[in-house]
Amino acid sequence: MSTLIDGLSLGSIYALIALGYTMVYGIAKMLNFAHGDVIMVGAYAILSTIALLGSPIAAIVVAILVCTVLGIFIEKLAYKPLRGASPLAVLITAIGVSYFLQSVAQLIYGAKSQPVTIGNFGSVAVGDTKISLAAIITLAAGAVIMSALTLFIKKTKMGRAMLAVSEDRGAAQLMGINVNKVITVTFAIGSALAAFASTFYLMQIPSTSPTLGAMPGIKAFTAAVIGGIGSIPGAMIGGMLLGIIEKISLSIPVLAPYTTALEFSLLILILLVKPTGLLGKLKREKV
Amino acid sequence: MLKIENLEVNYGMIKAIKGVSFEVNQGEVIALIGANGAGKTTILHTITGLVAAKAGKIEFEGQDLLKIPAHKIVGMGMAHVPEGRRIFQELTVYENLKLGAFIVNDKKRIEKNLEYVYAHFPRLKERKNQIAGTLSGGEQQMLAMGRALMSNPKIILMDEPSMGLSPILVSEIFQIIKEVSADGTTVLLVEQNAKKALAIADRAYVLETGNIALSGDAKELMNDENIKKAYLGE
Ligand SMILES: Nc1ncnc2c1ncn2[C@@H]1O[C@H](COP(=O)(O)OP(=O)(O)OP(=O)(O)O)[C@@H](O)[C@H]1O
Ligand SMILES: [Mg+2]
Repeated sequence: MSTLIDGLSLGSIYALIALGYTMVYGIAKMLNFAHGDVIMVGAYAILSTIALLGSPIAAIVVAILVCTVLGIFIEKLAYKPLRGASPLAVLITAIGVSYFLQSVAQLIYGAKSQPVTIGNFGSVAVGDTKISLAAIITLAAGAVIMSALTLFIKKTKMGRAMLAVSEDRGAAQLMGINVNKVITVTFAIGSALAAFASTFYLMQIPSTSPTLGAMPGIKAFTAAVIGGIGSIPGAMIGGMLLGIIEKISLSIPVLAPYTTALEFSLLILILLVKPTGLLGKLKREKV
Repeated sequence: MLKIENLEVNYGMIKAIKGVSFEVNQGEVIALIGANGAGKTTILHTITGLVAAKAGKIEFEGQDLLKIPAHKIVGMGMAHVPEGRRIFQELTVYENLKLGAFIVNDKKRIEKNLEYVYAHFPRLKERKNQIAGTLSGGEQQMLAMGRALMSNPKIILMDEPSMGLSPILVSEIFQIIKEVSADGTTVLLVEQNAKKALAIADRAYVLETGNIALSGDAKELMNDENIKKAYLGE
């Protein structure tokens, strides 16, 4: 029971990050490999705000603002000039942005990891088992955030514009949709979600370093691909699935050391059976 | 209303359009016909900004379209029903139509446009909650046309609306084009089906590998010996 809650809570973190990868891929048709590092920046934003103001709530708000603005800047400065360039050029740029963010963090904060305490959450007892309160908060907040995102996409004009651009950029332009604006909003939303991921991550593992984003970034990217990259529900399901498998595997002593290998094997297995991921669709080529 | 002057378009090294000029006057139905690869789609894409021009001028109601980004053009009163329909396959019929009115902010206006579209295409009303990708080819064409009409266009550009449709549906689609024109919308119609297109057009231009080879009154072109041989299969 507590393993399941832990898994779902870790899964929420992966899902929030995976949403950033998948939305940017779906709409801008590029892999933003610097996305994991946005989480790291969010974590440092939390660290600094707590040091300055002492308030975890303020820290979360600041992290959301910082990450959102950072996402918009990365898109405007690094990726927008490459619109229409080869995917390889964009990928290399993304890796460059990733190293850049890590180096800046290292210059400011040093290479060593530093403790960050958002709060002491403890755990609640349900019958005989103890369930971590941080996990419950993560799970509940993650569910609220993801429902809000789903509603936003379904019900608002901007949400429908995002769906239209992801399906057919040219046709979307013919409808009067400003593709550049939609891409900017997508980066902003993806990065804001990353700031939430930073928060929940630090609630469970209260320390940060310049490479903090790497592992959750890779895992969440795996989750996005498992779910079908470009698919929003796919990212949510992929994230949850990966979180649960990771926690279950870690709770079984024989499997624990091989957990990461197990997760990537799952990726390979799913791609062998269904190359587009669980919910991914094969894009029909446009004439 | 719409004036194209010495338009040239290249795809890399390929010269697709080599200096085309033509014009469309308010209220007209103009047919642009030509064989595969003549450059018809390229011209429409250049007009609505999806493809960049190399040289020339495109003027719509006195404004230079080549200086206007693609997403601003529909707001000027120009709708484009693209080749291959390009409806949003994963969205419903209703959501597609709503996207057609993306630039319309007045809710009442959207409702009225929706009624107008449903009146011309009752089939779309019956299927408004169906996922567009599951519509038949003819229904998808209707949706593409209905979606374009949702923006209250002054002029509508249509790229081969009869492509892949059965003869009965082709007649139905051409009937609707006539109705749209009768309601006051100017039409620029690109077609391979030269017979049908010339039958409803006022004037026509014949495009051959990037150049206008022939132009004139549609009825006269229909009786032109060269046209008969090359495009009407007679
Ligand atoms: N994206 C592209 N890249 C390179 N060449 C292109 C591209 N699109 C069109 N062309 C070329 O430009 C020429 C004109 O193509 P276009 O699609 O405008 O013809 P069309 O008259 O619409 O033909 P069809 O009746 O078959 O639709 C063709 O030779 C085509 O191969
Ligand atoms: Mg064509």
